[in-house]
Amino acid sequence: MRYAYYPGCSAESTARDMHQSTLVVARALGIDLVEPKGWTCCGATAGHQTDRLLAVSLPAANLTKVQDMKLDMMVNCAACYSRMKVANHEIMAHSGIRKGVREALDRDYDGSVKVRHLLEVLLEDVGLPAITRAVKRSLNGLKVACYYGCLLVRPPKILKFDDPENPTSLDRLVTAMGGQSLEWPCKVECCGGGLSLSRTDVVVELTGSIIDMAASVGADCIAVSCPMCQVNLDLRQQDINKQTGKNYQIPIVYITQLLGLCLGIGPGELGFNKLMVPATNVLKKVNERA
Amino acid sequence: MITIKNKKNGPGLKRAVEEISGVDISVCFQCKKCSSGCPVAKLTRSRPSEIMRQLHLGAGNELLESDLVWMCASCETCSARCPMGIDVAAVIDALRKLALARGASKQKGNVPLFNRAFLKTVETFGRSYEIGMIAAYKLGTGKLMNDTEKFPAMLKKGKIALLPPRGGDRKTVRRIFKIVKQNKGAKA
Repeated sequence: MRYAYYPGCSAESTARDMHQSTLVVARALGIDLVEPKGWTCCGATAGHQTDRLLAVSLPAANLTKVQDMKLDMMVNCAACYSRMKVANHEIMAHSGIRKGVREALDRDYDGSVKVRHLLEVLLEDVGLPAITRAVKRSLNGLKVACYYGCLLVRPPKILKFDDPENPTSLDRLVTAMGGQSLEWPCKVECCGGGLSLSRTDVVVELTGSIIDMAASVGADCIAVSCPMCQVNLDLRQQDINKQTGKNYQIPIVYITQLLGLCLGIGPGELGFNKLMVPATNVLKKVNERA
Repeated sequence: MITIKNKKNGPGLKRAVEEISGVDISVCFQCKKCSSGCPVAKLTRSRPSEIMRQLHLGAGNELLESDLVWMCASCETCSARCPMGIDVAAVIDALRKLALARGASKQKGNVPLFNRAFLKTVETFGRSYEIGMIAAYKLGTGKLMNDTEKFPAMLKKGKIALLPPRGGDRKTVRRIFKIVKQNKGAKA
């Protein structure tokens, strides 16, 4: 199994832990990841809110690099994943956009590079039986609220990832690791995404209701696979607490961090020390010291 | 209640929005699923279904002042749930582009300024650079102290990179920005 791994900009800052844990987990499972040389930003939300050609050309610059590598692209950041797949779709559906992209990149691109999310690679290519066999340590019934957010599942017609209203990819992984995945209604609710700095009030409101729900279903932690969701839910908990007088301390962990623990990798290598809300309870469950 | 100020603010926006978004506004039959699922609708004065109706009825530039235009989080729940397959999120994106082009008034939080700061770092370094973006955004809003208490912890944890990103193909990205600026308003 070999993929062109697009880390995305967050991998170099707020989501270093996601990046780090993705690399070690991939190595442990025999997934070969190669970074496309000179990869660049996908444009994120700011891109598509500003200009359509920009929003398609920025991902396309990376897709062409991957096309030259003759590999499928693997993405872990949900936002990058959505932008890559939407760009492919736009290029295939609209000849005018394809023409614009050709001019912007100074080369033609047909939109054909296959884009896979890490969860798809884990569940479809590696497979749950192989993961179950590789698991050395159990989550010991850790209660996990699996949170997918927006851009793993939307737009559903283009992404075709799991069930858009009730996805179960993360839940199936958690169960395979011996955890207890919780039923809860916030799986695909929005955390406020890119409004984190520009409308912090909105993000505190939205993450507040998600954390509230996770607490009321008794979650030990929330598992995510998107750097924006992670940072909003993790970093904003102190703002939520300040505003509401509550004292939420729910760790927001990447699924790759949980999987890494179960594969026998130490918490340091998985970036557990980078979480704002410490995951002491999670580590205790799998008999690891922080 | 939905009010339309006819002809006070120039011609209706419907055609411009349809051209930019590729959406046929008239197929909306006001089931309001978009508004029911919208996570920010409980915080805004305007709701997605109302924007759709106002566009249909010929609303003009006053619509660009709706708070939803810049409070929308681009979660795309509206588009995903529309029974008519309308890409409502693309309609909001179109309104943002028109608001910028027509100089609608700045709103609280200033999302356009944030987007500009973000994209400027991408244009310069090929990848986004948080400290550069945050500095430009904060200088623009004048709210220098917001969130600063979180910086030391984030720096210590390596969650914010001090130095700008290296290794990105800056040449290609600069070319993209150049062509996009030249083609501003190019249609699909």
